[in-house]
Amino acid sequence: MKEETELKKYWELFITFAKIGVMTFGGGMAMLPILQREVMENKHWTSEEELADYFAIGQCTPGIIAVNTATFVGQKLYGALGGVVATIGVVFPSLIIISILAGLINNFSDLAWVRNAFAGIQVCVCILILNAVVKLLKKSVVDKRTLVIFLLVLAGGCALNVSPVVFVVLSALAGIVLKQLEVKKA
Amino acid sequence: MIYLQLFWEFFKTGLFAVGGGMATLPFLAHIGQSTGWYTQSQLMNMLAVSESTPGPIGINMATYVGFTVAGIPGAVIATVGEVTPSIVIILIIAAILQQFRHNKYVEFAFYGLRPASTGLIGAACAGVIVETLVNTDAVSAAGVNWAGLFNWRGLILAGILLVFTNWVKPTKRWHPIIFIGVAAVVGVVFRFGGA
Repeated sequence: MKEETELKKYWELFITFAKIGVMTFGGGMAMLPILQREVMENKHWTSEEELADYFAIGQCTPGIIAVNTATFVGQKLYGALGGVVATIGVVFPSLIIISILAGLINNFSDLAWVRNAFAGIQVCVCILILNAVVKLLKKSVVDKRTLVIFLLVLAGGCALNVSPVVFVVLSALAGIVLKQLEVKKA
Repeated sequence: MIYLQLFWEFFKTGLFAVGGGMATLPFLAHIGQSTGWYTQSQLMNMLAVSESTPGPIGINMATYVGFTVAGIPGAVIATVGEVTPSIVIILIIAAILQQFRHNKYVEFAFYGLRPASTGLIGAACAGVIVETLVNTDAVSAAGVNWAGLFNWRGLILAGILLVFTNWVKPTKRWHPIIFIGVAAVVGVVFRFGGA
């Protein structure tokens, strides 16, 4: 009986991330609104802050953000094996879909209806990510100083062509310095 | 042994490409050039397909390139190669974080990191919005062509979706995939891609 429930929890993790993989259109960012819905609101596996933390680290560590985030969530739930299972889940649909398309259709992206449908999807993904950012804002911008950090990184990210690593390291340092000064003052 | 080489090339890509799926593109271009497995125009075609199918772009790209080089085993091996470094690195970081979760300095660092992470996602979001809804060609030395500046149909759809996902009572609780489906249908009916 115990083994059965063990298997079941890994299966649930796999299926949830496979669903997330299917519903992601675009890069790792497009996954954020789906993750918020499935992992946070439906399953309560992480809090909003944790998801933001995973995304922050996932952006500045090597590899694909979707995989990094999936590994984090899986690891948090069931350790290293959980991390591996969640990652297998998130890549599984891609393996199937791309293998079928690559094997059968040469000019998939040239098909008129595919181009039109994707152009529509892209508009939707913009709005979904925008909504996800607004949700994150409520949790991450908690005072004037965090507002300044957010605005600086937003502007810098738009205007400068530098690696996200730079922003992540600087903002972590800023967090430590600002909080340390506050402690000293008190 | 092409499988071994494939694994190694994608392992390196997964290890050195920082910043998500798009960051792997220069690495994939380099693999094509140095091995002759595929041409740059093939790669561009693979990118187009990866962008217009479900799944994270980086994974789709790895799968597609692997499939092109060595069929279904190639697709699996390339993808496994690409995700292996991520899994190892994240597991190490997660273990360290668990250890120091309640360390004062880690908490301080995350106090600064969270708004920065949101800012980075916001900047990426702004980039996607401009790419999707603004025709940058309309701005030239001759001035701004206001009528052609925005993708008006896209802008109208974006406005409608914004309202329904945020302020309309029953629909704002709907799953994001429903909106994606509706947007795909609207795109086909109104020929959003111009095709």
